[in-house]
Amino acid sequence: MSDASGDERVKELSAFRKALIRPELGGMVGTVAVFTFFLLFAFDSGMFNAQGVLNWSVVSAQFMIIAVGACLLMISGEFDLSVGSMIGFAGMMIAIFGVTLGWPMWMAILVTFVICVAFGALNGYIVVRTGLPSFIVTLATLFILRGFTIFIPQTVERKTIIGGIREAAEGDWLAVLFGGKILTGFFQWMGDAGIIAVFERGSRAGQPVVDGIPMLIIWALVLIVFAHILLTRTRFGNWIFAAGGDADAARNSGVPVNQVKILMFMFTAFCATVFATCQVMEFGSAGADRGLLKEFEAIIAVVIGGALLTGGYGSVIGAALGALIFGVVQQGLFFAGVESSLFRVFLGVILLFAVILNTYIRRIITGER
Amino acid sequence: MTDPIIRMQNIEKHFGSVIALAGVSVDVFGGECHCLLGDNGAGKSTFIKTMSGVHKPTSGEIIFEGKPLDFADPRDAIAAGIATVHQHLAMIPLMSVSRNFFMGNEPIKKVAGIPFFDHDYANRVTMEEMRKMGINLRGPDQAVGTLSGGERQTVAIARAVHFGAKVLILDEPTSALGVRQTSNVLATIDKVRKQGIAVVFITHNVRHAMAVGDRFTVLNRGKTLGTAERGEITPEELQDLMAGGQELATLEGSLGGTV
Repeated sequence: MSDASGDERVKELSAFRKALIRPELGGMVGTVAVFTFFLLFAFDSGMFNAQGVLNWSVVSAQFMIIAVGACLLMISGEFDLSVGSMIGFAGMMIAIFGVTLGWPMWMAILVTFVICVAFGALNGYIVVRTGLPSFIVTLATLFILRGFTIFIPQTVERKTIIGGIREAAEGDWLAVLFGGKILTGFFQWMGDAGIIAVFERGSRAGQPVVDGIPMLIIWALVLIVFAHILLTRTRFGNWIFAAGGDADAARNSGVPVNQVKILMFMFTAFCATVFATCQVMEFGSAGADRGLLKEFEAIIAVVIGGALLTGGYGSVIGAALGALIFGVVQQGLFFAGVESSLFRVFLGVILLFAVILNTYIRRIITGER
Repeated sequence: MTDPIIRMQNIEKHFGSVIALAGVSVDVFGGECHCLLGDNGAGKSTFIKTMSGVHKPTSGEIIFEGKPLDFADPRDAIAAGIATVHQHLAMIPLMSVSRNFFMGNEPIKKVAGIPFFDHDYANRVTMEEMRKMGINLRGPDQAVGTLSGGERQTVAIARAVHFGAKVLILDEPTSALGVRQTSNVLATIDKVRKQGIAVVFITHNVRHAMAVGDRFTVLNRGKTLGTAERGEITPEELQDLMAGGQELATLEGSLGGTV
């Protein structure tokens, strides 16, 4: 290796293989494929007019918010199966604090964030302290949080759905950040100018069918940009990769692996709470069954986006594309008039393909045979 | 000779009722390659973990650059200039060479007050250091997983040297390598020693030790039988000391001197 003769055995990688080791590749190909498919088969269904675009954008943005958290956590080498329960729990806490106890909405939201992020920290602390697989620890949290989400409203309100959140949040400065819409003037102008459709009858006649961009979408974009820069452009990002790639090696090099993992659990909990807050603001109510199976959907989006289940490798952009594929297909099948249960079949198939592809890519990178 | 960089005096380490080290004393000087030999279970790993701040000695003293030393954790030891290249490499196969090289010591470039990872600097330095060690990388973004075992060891050594190691502890760097890769690593050790760095080379292979070692200390059952200078001791004597002088003598005949 000290002479040049070692060099001729290092083959130049072909452009194709170079592209293949980018984690986003699967997500990009999938996105193009999915859009091509629905442009061909569902173009006339209204999927691509203003309302249709907003419809699948919102669903995709929901997936993106939880996928971003799950993505960084998975790269750091851990899972969180309690995301779905956390969503239900967070929504319920906001309802209890804001409606039942009558706190100002901003305070209800802030306290809920603190509680949920603390639960994330607890997940992380137990995982790094006991050395148990995060799969088991967060499975326990899944049941504990879901149990509380059903128990608390039943005890204090004698029901499992608490409404009246929208009224309680009226005019609240913080609630607007989750339930509001931006660019409403621009959309009104587009409606007036005839660029997008307007309601023709009813109480909202003259208003555009899409009256603004929901904050949910803004949250998704902000979280994606933040997480992407954190992961690829900062020292902490290097620690996330290192913690998931080989925790012992990282520790030997002075990376504070435990802190990194705990922070990633907290970030995942934060994302779940953002999701929950946007959801209760949109629906105006909190339900004990909210967020069911969301943890798996987040993990699937991340895997479609090219992250390895074993950690140490992946991309936020990939995970976001995975979430986009997810949202477009789920809503697209509805627009195309396909039986919605087939969505699950699609999900299983694409998950299997993604995992097989990722394993193959891993071999290319590490040179394993 | 000048004062030793690091002096380990009567180090004892007990794990519960197990006595892993029963009073080991070793001096290491700058610019020398000090070989620490011992069979499996002799206490080599415990000893270097004590030296690198992973374990606290139960009793005994570590004098580093003339001052007694008390490391809370490995980060302190690394900061003080004691770097360890572990048997199980401190390299992450899925990450690029430059990300690995700067792992835990990432260079920072501030943009609008926000500290970013300075990839340009990291890539440039990595390529330079690798060229110095004689490794031609395809690029700084090449994954460590594509390097051979010897090249990975060299990256790890280059990294330790770049970050100002005064004492470089190599934990069995040649144990899993082929002949050619071993000679490359031994050549790297020689380069590092010539820069005035103290190298502690742990091995159970006498031939590898004899190839680069200046002084030799043999550990056996948590004890040391003293340190020998190069030329004072033959490979056979070292071998005997490591095995405790027992069965090996009888095996010698049937194996024909191959061990």
